[in-house]
Parts: sequence; C-alpha cells; structure tokens
Amino acid sequence: MALKWLGRFLVLLFTIIILAPLLIVLFTSFKTTPQFYADPLGAPESLSFHNYRSLFEGQPMAAYFLNSLTVTLATVALELLIAGCVAYAIMRSGRRVGGLVFGLFALGLMVPSQVNMIPIYSLIRKLGWSNSLTGLVLVSLAVLLPLSVFMLSGFMKSLPKELLEAGEIDGAGEWRLFGQIVVPLCAPYFASIAAFLFVIVWNDLLFPMLLLTGKDKLTLPLALLSFRGEYVSNYPMLLSGVVVAALPLIILFIFLQRYFIHGALAGALKG
Amino acid sequence: MKKRVRLLPFLAPGLALYLVLFVYPTLTGFYYSLTDWDGLSPSYRFVGLDNYVSTAKDIVFKKSLVNNLKFMLTVVLVQTVMSLLLALRLAKQSKRNIAFRALFFVPTILSSVSVGFIWTFVYDPSLGLLNGMLKSVGLEAWTQNWLGNADIAILSVAAVQAWAHIGQMMILFVAGIQAIPNELIESARLDGANPFQLFVRVMWPLLAPAAAIVVSYSTIQSFKAFDLVFTMTGGGPNYSTEILSTYIYNSAFMNYTFGKASTASIYFLVLISLITVLQFRALRTDRVSD
Repeated sequence: MALKWLGRFLVLLFTIIILAPLLIVLFTSFKTTPQFYADPLGAPESLSFHNYRSLFEGQPMAAYFLNSLTVTLATVALELLIAGCVAYAIMRSGRRVGGLVFGLFALGLMVPSQVNMIPIYSLIRKLGWSNSLTGLVLVSLAVLLPLSVFMLSGFMKSLPKELLEAGEIDGAGEWRLFGQIVVPLCAPYFASIAAFLFVIVWNDLLFPMLLLTGKDKLTLPLALLSFRGEYVSNYPMLLSGVVVAALPLIILFIFLQRYFIHGALAGALKG
Repeated sequence: MKKRVRLLPFLAPGLALYLVLFVYPTLTGFYYSLTDWDGLSPSYRFVGLDNYVSTAKDIVFKKSLVNNLKFMLTVVLVQTVMSLLLALRLAKQSKRNIAFRALFFVPTILSSVSVGFIWTFVYDPSLGLLNGMLKSVGLEAWTQNWLGNADIAILSVAAVQAWAHIGQMMILFVAGIQAIPNELIESARLDGANPFQLFVRVMWPLLAPAAAIVVSYSTIQSFKAFDLVFTMTGGGPNYSTEILSTYIYNSAFMNYTFGKASTASIYFLVLISLITVLQFRALRTDRVSD
C-alpha cells in the first residue's frame, strides 16, 4: 500500500517537474512586458497575442519556418530513400560483401558530429556551398547515413527470405523487389525512423550554425539564438519564439505518438 | 557477379555521399590536427604532434575534460534512477499510463535551444520559476544564481539534460519491463514475495539488459552534449561549464586555432570510441534480445 502511494507521489512530482517549466513558458508568452515584470510567475491576466504578433512582424518567421521545413522534409525523405537502398544492397549482396559495406557504415557510428564539424565546415567552404540549404541537406544526409543504414539493415534482416526468393522466381528485378516487397513490408519501420530523423533534423543546431551565415537562410533553432541577441532578456518575446519553434513538432507528436516513441526506441537500441 | 552489378545503383548514391561528406572530412580532420592552420589563411605549417602535446597541457582542455565527466556522471545517475522508478510505476498498459508516458516524453522532442531558453528562464535569479518557488515555500536560503555560480553551474545544466531525456530512457525501461513474462511475476507473488523481493530477485536480473542500454545510451548522449551547454552558458562562467565539444567549437570558431581544435576533436573521438567499445562489451555479455 505504502509503495503504491510512493509511486503515485513520484508520478505527481515528476508531472510537476515536467509541466511547470512548459506551462510557465506558455503563460509568459501571453504576457505583455509590463505585465511580466509586475508578476513574472503568475498566470496571465488575459491572453495577449502581442508577442506573437510582434515576433511575426519584426522577423521573417515565415521564411525561417519554410527553411526548417524544406531542410527537414528533404533530408528525411532522401535519407529514407538513400539509406533504404543501401540497406537493401547490404541485405542482397551476401555475407562477405554485404558485411564489408555494413561495417564501413557502422564505423561511422563512432564518429560524433562534434569531431567532424571542423573538416566539414572547411570542405563546404572550399566547395562554395556556404549558406546554401542544399549544402546543409547534403551534409545532414551524409552525417545521418551510418545511423539510418544501421537501423534499416536491422529491420530488413528480419524480413522472411522466402518472399524475396518467390519474387525472384516470378522474374521481378531488384527495383521491383525493393519497391513492391521490401518497402511495403518495412513501412512501419520507415515511419518510425522518419519520425526519429525528423526530430533530429528539425532541432539540429550545430550544422546549420556552421553552414548557414546569411540571415535569410536561418532555420528555427538558429533564428531562436539570433533572437536572444535582439530581445536581450525580453523573456516574453524569446519564449513566444520557443513556442512557435516547438509547436509543429508537438502537434505532429500528438497525432503520431506511436511512431515517435518507436523511433526513439529503435534509435537507442540500434545507435 | 551479375547480381553485384545489379545492386550497384542501390549502393552508389549512399556510398558516394558517405565517402565525400563523411569519411573524407574525418580523415582530413586527422591531417589538420598535425598542422597550425588558423582556418582562414590559405597556407599553414605541418607541425607534427605539437598540438597533441600542447592540448594535453592546456589547463582549459583539462578542465573541460573534468567537467565532461562531472556532467556525464550526474546525468547518467539521475536519468537511470528516475527513469527506472517511473517505468516501474507506468509500465502497465492503461490509458492513463500511456498518457503520462507521452507527457514525460515531450521534452525529448524539443530542440536543445528551446530547452536551453526555457531553463535559462526557470533558473533566472530574480525572475525565474525555481527561485520564486523556493521563496514561496520559505526556502529563501536555497535560492541561487544557478547558472552564474561557477561551483554549481555544470550541475544545473546537467539537471536540464536529465530533465530533457528521462522520458526517453523511461520508454526503454518500459519496453524492458513489458518483455518480462507475466507468469513469472504472478508465480513469485503466489510464493509470497513482497514487492521489494519481487524487484530484486525476479525483475532486476531480467531488466539488466535494458539497464545496460539505458546507461550506455545516456552515457554517450551526455558525453556528446553540445547544444544545451552552448545555449545556456557557452562554457562560462570562467570555463566552469566548458565541456569538450564547446572547447572544440570555441577554439575553432572563436580563437581560430583550427589545428588545435582538430587535435581536441581527435582526443574526443578516442574517448568516445573507448566508451562505445565498453558499451558494446556490456551489451553483448548480458543482452537478451532487441
């Protein structure tokens, strides 16, 4: 009995620890600056959308939003396609060659972005791709390949071999086997990995910071950082920026919870 | 042979990207670490292992190494204990438990920049939630300049890193608990095991693989942390929150010592590889399934 109450207390305590900071952010974003300084921690007297309005009027928020969306969607879609193809080739080319290719990609799992940031930065500058969203997408694709190939190979290995053999006997080529058997069977895995990658790319700070320099090309996390310079300790403005940047992900999460959580599980187990 | 040719189009784009934008830069990183390049000038000198010696002697580098360990140990300890306790309470499939699990997962999907801003505000000495709450319950003496006090700043940031990922670790433990066959728990109950015995004798041995995954995942994740520290403190005050990744960033892009920064990256790579190898060992010895 005592244990049950202890458990309930723990859940309650943790709910407060999680919710309190999130709620205070939401509250603060609806306060005007004088309201905020008069009572920084209280509930807002009335819902004022003032901060959101001035954020969208003072900043090219729509452009930032579009930048983030473009980079994220392009990276996730291409990553699934490219890594899916690599994983398929690994699965189909036998133990020796497949194992060798797999090992080459798996080695990359050891190298964190922080180790690569300096050489990637200088390579991109040499190639003249600085401040290009295309450059950022290509770099993100390459950096995420080891993890994506690793996860997808794991899933593809568990597919029943007989299905592919039956397809081969019926005369299907590699593209048909891939497109009509492997991809549909792996669809739920692709969805989980897509959710997992979406979070990573949407939230990434390091590579956008290294590669994007012009104000017109910023992604949302970078834009947030630049707001700090402009709205020095103007918390209501800063935090409404946080809400705007987080909202799309939270909405996606509410509808696609299962995929997000499976993706995080797969990422942890395979990564 | 023919099959390999047919599979080449599947492999080629991925392999090309990987070799050009990942493998090649990693290798040039090694090369830069042997030079005195500043990152801007067209020319630089080859200096051999000089950077390795001077970085190893650098006080700030040593400090960031110690900070990294402090940060990592705090995060791993807090995350593992908290996420296990929560998972034990929330593992049963019920609508309410699923809702709580989803709620606790929310910080995981926020960007580190957002989390950093949220907590910079919570920690604000005069306007923030934390000091405000402490004052309102009469614990005025506990109020702090959480990020400005060099003695505790690294712990303050570590708490935020833990806050952001406990939900994620909890999910891993929940999966581990759900994999335990119900009959085992039932029969232990029938044999008269109390909850404590049930946990220690029956559940814990079966949860060891999940725990190994949580500990190693959280170790690597916290060892690699960058965004959060960069956003909240930038390494300050007085290098008290400088960790290896911010050290690399600052020495490359603030001090323009690309060669030295590359050397620090290589040290970082060696350390993270060591941790990963240890992780694989731990996982292999007591892994049941994935």
